[in-house]
Amino acid sequence: MNARHRTVALPRPLSRRRLMHETLAAALLASGALAARAGPSYGGAAKPEAVAATDPQTKAVDIKNFAFVPATLTVAVGTRVVWTNRDDEAHLVASSDGAFKASPAMDTDDSFAFVFDKPGTYAYFCAIHPMMRGTIVVR
Amino acid sequence: MSNDNAANDVPGRRRILKCMAAAGAGTLWLMNGGVLKAYAMGDEASAAQAAADASFSFVQVSDSHIGFKHEPNMDVAGTLAAALARISARPTPPDFVVHTGDLTHLSRPDEFDTVAQLMQGVKTQRVLFIPGEHDVIGDNGAAFFQRFGQKQNAGGWYSFDYGGAHFVALINVLNLKSNGLGYLGEDQLAWLKKDLAGRSAETPIVVFGHMPLWPLYAAWGWGTEDSGEAMTYLKRFGSVTVLNGHIHQIQQKVEGTVTFHTARSTAYPQPAPGVGTGPGPLKDLGTRQLKAYLGIRDVQHVQGQDAVTVADEVLA
Ligand SMILES: [Cu+2]
Repeated sequence: MNARHRTVALPRPLSRRRLMHETLAAALLASGALAARAGPSYGGAAKPEAVAATDPQTKAVDIKNFAFVPATLTVAVGTRVVWTNRDDEAHLVASSDGAFKASPAMDTDDSFAFVFDKPGTYAYFCAIHPMMRGTIVVR
Repeated sequence: MSNDNAANDVPGRRRILKCMAAAGAGTLWLMNGGVLKAYAMGDEASAAQAAADASFSFVQVSDSHIGFKHEPNMDVAGTLAAALARISARPTPPDFVVHTGDLTHLSRPDEFDTVAQLMQGVKTQRVLFIPGEHDVIGDNGAAFFQRFGQKQNAGGWYSFDYGGAHFVALINVLNLKSNGLGYLGEDQLAWLKKDLAGRSAETPIVVFGHMPLWPLYAAWGWGTEDSGEAMTYLKRFGSVTVLNGHIHQIQQKVEGTVTFHTARSTAYPQPAPGVGTGPGPLKDLGTRQLKAYLGIRDVQHVQGQDAVTVADEVLA
């Protein structure tokens, strides 16, 4: 029943510091215009198709079964991290110490991205389910 | 699961009944001699005598999650509307209806609109709300409080007297810390202490909150970090009933004179504590799983033909 797979080109960063909200219109879900889910495997359909060479490197974190996967992700400075919610429950991504602005509520298949352009250890959690925690290590 | 007769056997109705069975239709609370007792909504036969003796009644609905559109419930507005229709159909309207949070799924304005519209239609004198964590996303509850809040205190919590009982509505979904538990905070606790201080221990106390106000299952955040402190103010009272939502299933605990209940969701059930990978919606609602989750011996009674008290439905 769930229309899971969508191909969505995420907006490209206007600047490296820019925070991008990539919440998708929930109406898409109801439109029936989306391909039906074929099975339990989750493809990378929500990832940007056009991550061109000029874009910062992109790394993905899935939100699955009330957990961030991987829970700890180590990336190079300048990497764009894209979180995608694979659960049927809403989640969001909030910095534990305010290092970046929290994502909006992410419905199923919504994505949120942030470009980490300073080295450091960035702890974050889901403000709806605060026991969900993750870390981005930027080197 | 559905024993509809042929006359009723139209797809829309059948689907709603199926969803209602899955979702729960609210809990009718009857106050009798200072003791609150719960009845499943729609069971007029069982509640009738108690209702006749009751000094007042109210209905708790919870976790309508308007905006959720996945299995097992693609029509959460429909199931909330159906739950409210049952309330409106009561021969004696409840004195008030309380929604114990997660009105919406994503705190979006259109979701709040739908809730307001639906709740407006229910036949009762007063409708009360407290927020769930899904109602305060992104703005610390500003939109919720503006539309559904009480202005009694800056923090949004409130209390009132009704029918000889004292009601306290607590907010435990703001400023959550990374342990995942609900949180009342010092200001609210100080207010609660003061609010209860002058009252006679004979006053029945009814407490509303969204997240459970007792340590139910910490690994999933099913509890409130500082609820223990609140309980120290409450335990001297002879009858305390604490009503929560959040976990989308009925659980009950008695501790001295304090009885804790969690309510079902009008939207979808969640797994029993610790069952499965996390507290997400239960999608596969086969009869067997449904019974296991909701602690129901007979699915019929969920459809209103064989109601039992909450105590009978408690999961081990
Ligand atoms: Cu979450």
